[in-house]
Amino acid sequence: MRFDGKGALVTGASRGIGRAIAVEFAKRGADVALLGRDVAALEETAGLCAASRPGAVAHLFPCDVTDQASVDEAVSETVSRFGRLDCVVANAGQSTDALLLRLKAETIDRLLDVNLKSAFYLCAAAAKPMMKQRSGAIVLVSSIVGMTGNAGQAAYAASKAGLLGLCKSVAKELGSRNIRVNAVAPGLIETAMTEKMPDVAREYLLKQAALGRPGTPEDVSGAVAFLCSDAAGYITGQTLVIDGGVVM
Amino acid sequence: MSTTFDKVKKIIVEQLGVDESEVTPEASITDDLGADSLDQVELVMAFETEFNIDIPDEEAEKIKTVGDAVKRVDEATASSSA
Repeated sequence: MRFDGKGALVTGASRGIGRAIAVEFAKRGADVALLGRDVAALEETAGLCAASRPGAVAHLFPCDVTDQASVDEAVSETVSRFGRLDCVVANAGQSTDALLLRLKAETIDRLLDVNLKSAFYLCAAAAKPMMKQRSGAIVLVSSIVGMTGNAGQAAYAASKAGLLGLCKSVAKELGSRNIRVNAVAPGLIETAMTEKMPDVAREYLLKQAALGRPGTPEDVSGAVAFLCSDAAGYITGQTLVIDGGVVM
Repeated sequence: MSTTFDKVKKIIVEQLGVDESEVTPEASITDDLGADSLDQVELVMAFETEFNIDIPDEEAEKIKTVGDAVKRVDEATASSSA
């Protein structure tokens, strides 16, 4: 799977899964736009992209994905720098756990803003250049929790389930322009975000996983690259579960 | 200087890949020129960029023919330069 001469954009590229996806694209030949709030961490990701392949190009766009104008600007700046936009990954995400009865309105708003509404903004901004090109691939990073639900994660699960509805609707809207939209649903992946999980929850998930191990960010980034590649040219509106066999 | 109609016609020809002769003021953008719903959105976006105007959704929905588009653009440019 090569992406030579192609332009890719990843949100939440500062760390974890987003960083791995950015490096995956860079390694496979793409120019990569890195969106995130933490400039120092984005610079580290850019360094990893540069080290992954001689001549790799990675541009930083410090940006709050909950602000539509910032997302629009980052996307149009990416198009003007790279001359095109082929692969877009809505990965930015947050998790705050609380039982429903203790869930604050601010937490619900925040998780919906960061995890779900940001993906609306990104899809809309990316659709414009992709419609002109008559090609493009968008991948939304959801979660198995969006499919199964989880006690203590109602807001997170709702935001991640929302992404699956967004994915299918946008796949139908943009399919006639040869733009594919898919989602991935990772399970337990070793990142800074899942490090905060209580041990008991981690053990429970591990016990459920047929492969008996947690996933790595690279387990996800390879699948994202596949969905963006020509090898997945007839796949759209789908959710690829990457969880070591928890959900079957 | 090219007229609004000429500019609108050029955008429609490029966007929809139709023959210039088909783009008459009376032509229906959907029925005669074959635009689907996404084409209509793209056309409105192209008009907005070309003429540096804003066409709200409720106005865009009223654009059925090429003549409607020209009229809408003329109104918008008149009010923005006033």
